[in-house]
Amino acid sequence: MKLVVVDYGLGNLYNLGNAFARCGRTVEVSHDPAVLRAADALILPGVGAFGDGKRRLEALGLDAVIRSAAEAGAAILGICLGMQLLMDTSEEFGLHQGLGLIAGEVLHFHSHPAFDRSAKVPHMGWNDILPQREHPLLRGLAAPDMYFVHSYYARAADASQVLATARYGGVEFCSVVGRGRILGCQFHPEKSSASGLRLIENFIGMIEDSL
Amino acid sequence: MKKLRVIARLDIKNNTVVKGIHLEGLRVVGRPDELADRYYSQGVDELLYVDAVASLYERNSLTEIIKAAARRVFVPMTVGGGIRKIEDITEILHSGADKVAVNTAAIRNPEFLRQAVHKFGSQCIVLSVQAKRRGPGQWEAYTETGRERTHRDAIAWIREALALGVGEVLLTSVDAEGTKKGFDLELVAAAARVCAVPLIVSGGAGSAQHLVDVLRTPGVDAVAMASVLHYGLLTIGDAKSALRGDGLEVRL
Repeated sequence: MKLVVVDYGLGNLYNLGNAFARCGRTVEVSHDPAVLRAADALILPGVGAFGDGKRRLEALGLDAVIRSAAEAGAAILGICLGMQLLMDTSEEFGLHQGLGLIAGEVLHFHSHPAFDRSAKVPHMGWNDILPQREHPLLRGLAAPDMYFVHSYYARAADASQVLATARYGGVEFCSVVGRGRILGCQFHPEKSSASGLRLIENFIGMIEDSL
Repeated sequence: MKKLRVIARLDIKNNTVVKGIHLEGLRVVGRPDELADRYYSQGVDELLYVDAVASLYERNSLTEIIKAAARRVFVPMTVGGGIRKIEDITEILHSGADKVAVNTAAIRNPEFLRQAVHKFGSQCIVLSVQAKRRGPGQWEAYTETGRERTHRDAIAWIREALALGVGEVLLTSVDAEGTKKGFDLELVAAAARVCAVPLIVSGGAGSAQHLVDVLRTPGVDAVAMASVLHYGLLTIGDAKSALRGDGLEVRL
């Protein structure tokens, strides 16, 4: 099994490697298109701004590589900004195009009419994820706490692709998204203690089952 | 529902965890790896490492401590103490830390905060404020682990730093620090009123009731503890049970 963390200069790659190592797997960290094409699974991390993230992927030619890997059947796990980049568009500092692997948009909490403005943004800290359907990625995870740090959230166009939600500021938003083997989580599983490690184990299990 | 965070603070000197009173008179209380493992297994929500010496030599050993912790501890880690340059932040984040806390360098040169936020993002940059009471409803920001005066009002300084984009504030009461006599609730409330980003309070935790009292203050997101944990007066589990027993939301 070849697991590759996409290195486009954003996100704490060291900690992702540590978390996968704890789950018994070695990850390769790379921005080499050939390495990404040969992967069974790509992990797309990311911390920072959407537009910056997309530009970095494009500058390395990795946006096309990730899309074609997904078409060829590689599993993908987007984390935090990495999940948001899977969507069509984002309104973070102007309108930006995402990878378009999952239909939907990325919005600021304050763009939600029902958002309680007294809730602090970013949404930073531990919060329950609320599973919306049975899914191998969420096996054994009934309302667990995960660690979130974000000001924007993804809204999937197809509600059946919302695997879990979370609630903040009176708003329920998508915390885990999935279309086939293209998956994303808004929180940081690598920083979410035993629950996060369980999700990573589940992801590894999904790839194993398909090999 | 977002949970209140319970954070363990590890002050590091010569590869050991130390603890003082009012940030001074440091005594060795344990080994960094052992204490990190202990608090992680007890369910700590985050670890806060503070370089108690803040020398260049110390930095190298601190990054090794962080690297080792990042292999075993899967919760967020913040590192503070002696951060002066953008390169210091890069090095610490590359060791596996998620956030850095900046005090002295920020107050001497607020532009440094702006640069740090621009380069690493707000979510990475924590403003550390050491506040000492100067009179009724008045606190002064101190630097150099509570030794140096700045003649700046602590609350006004928090306001200014928020405008520069810091993503979180770590507030330490120098008066209460290490005393185990409870938090300076008046200071905490004053800071919470102006703090639009998550606020971590530190200094004075001595009992579960102290934690309940301070986390009941509107606008407080997290509490950082040291002595009370290191000396075994409370476990993370005890603290969380007490908070939950009082109707506060914590991660179990």
